[in-house]
Amino acid sequence: MTVSNELDARFRAAAAEQGLLDVAYDLVDSPLGTLLVAASDAGLCRISYDPEPEREVARLGRTLGARILRSPKPVDEARRQLDEYFEQRRHAFDLDVDLRLTAQFSRRVLEELAKVPYGETTTYGELAARAARPRAARAVGTVMNRNPIPIVLPCHRVVGASGSLVGYGGGLDRKEALLRLEGAVL
Amino acid sequence: MMEAVVPPFESFYEEHKDAVFAFLRRRLGRVAAEDAFQDTFLRALRAYERLEHGRHLRAWIFTIAARVAIDASRKKPSVALPTDGEGSGEDARPAYAELEHLADELPPTERAAVVLRYGYDLEYDEIGAALGSSADAARQAASSGIRRLRRKEGLR
Repeated sequence: MTVSNELDARFRAAAAEQGLLDVAYDLVDSPLGTLLVAASDAGLCRISYDPEPEREVARLGRTLGARILRSPKPVDEARRQLDEYFEQRRHAFDLDVDLRLTAQFSRRVLEELAKVPYGETTTYGELAARAARPRAARAVGTVMNRNPIPIVLPCHRVVGASGSLVGYGGGLDRKEALLRLEGAVL
Repeated sequence: MMEAVVPPFESFYEEHKDAVFAFLRRRLGRVAAEDAFQDTFLRALRAYERLEHGRHLRAWIFTIAARVAIDASRKKPSVALPTDGEGSGEDARPAYAELEHLADELPPTERAAVVLRYGYDLEYDEIGAALGSSADAARQAASSGIRRLRRKEGLR
């Protein structure tokens, strides 16, 4: 005897509504493949390209709390803004983000990253300088690679000094696709 | 072998939801079972943070479900507990309350079987489902648990 979809949805909604979750997440379709989008009470905490969501759910459960459940409503706003972004109707995200697991320097870098405008690119060295650590280009590369909230925190807009794309946590194809979507000159 | 770390609630819920619903439906009928289902997993979610390990989670969620089913039956006297067999849950509970502190000392499977049988009045096939074993294995676990408790009592 299996649980009906309706009953299942009712429980998942009630769990979020009653504030019992450490993290709520859902899978969101996008032109770059399915995204796992997760939010805590404090805000958006993860966007993952991992094609096996169970892996990401286990990771989030270990780091942000075991009370993690797929529940669509808490990520509705992020989903809406991502849809608009992919339809080229939105150039900036207006979402709270939860970076509580991100160490101080990384957070500083991600905050600077968030200011890089739509359709423009910057370099690892430039971003390091803006975070007051001009010689830390390599460390900035690591921060980009571990960016917990790609797309919304636009690490795809950071390229090498020579203009090469260098790397991307979700794969270079996706980096290129995002920059093309934004009409950035490659 | 079950992993000892507490799994993400999502995996725990997906793993046990159908069995828990089937159990509640047999006990309460479809309509009451739906409310009881939600209540069971919300209670589990409230207590989940305090779990120290991920062992015996199936027995744990069935214990919660059995508790919820008893509460639901009390609210609606028309849906009485099954009274076939040796006594209803109402009769079994006071006796069980006296042995509950002793049951804490039993090995986990025996403890779960004793608690579900004498505390919550589950049938052995239901206990087997809860423990991931057969009705016979559940009967054996409960009776060896009871024997162990009697021996302990004898020592006192």
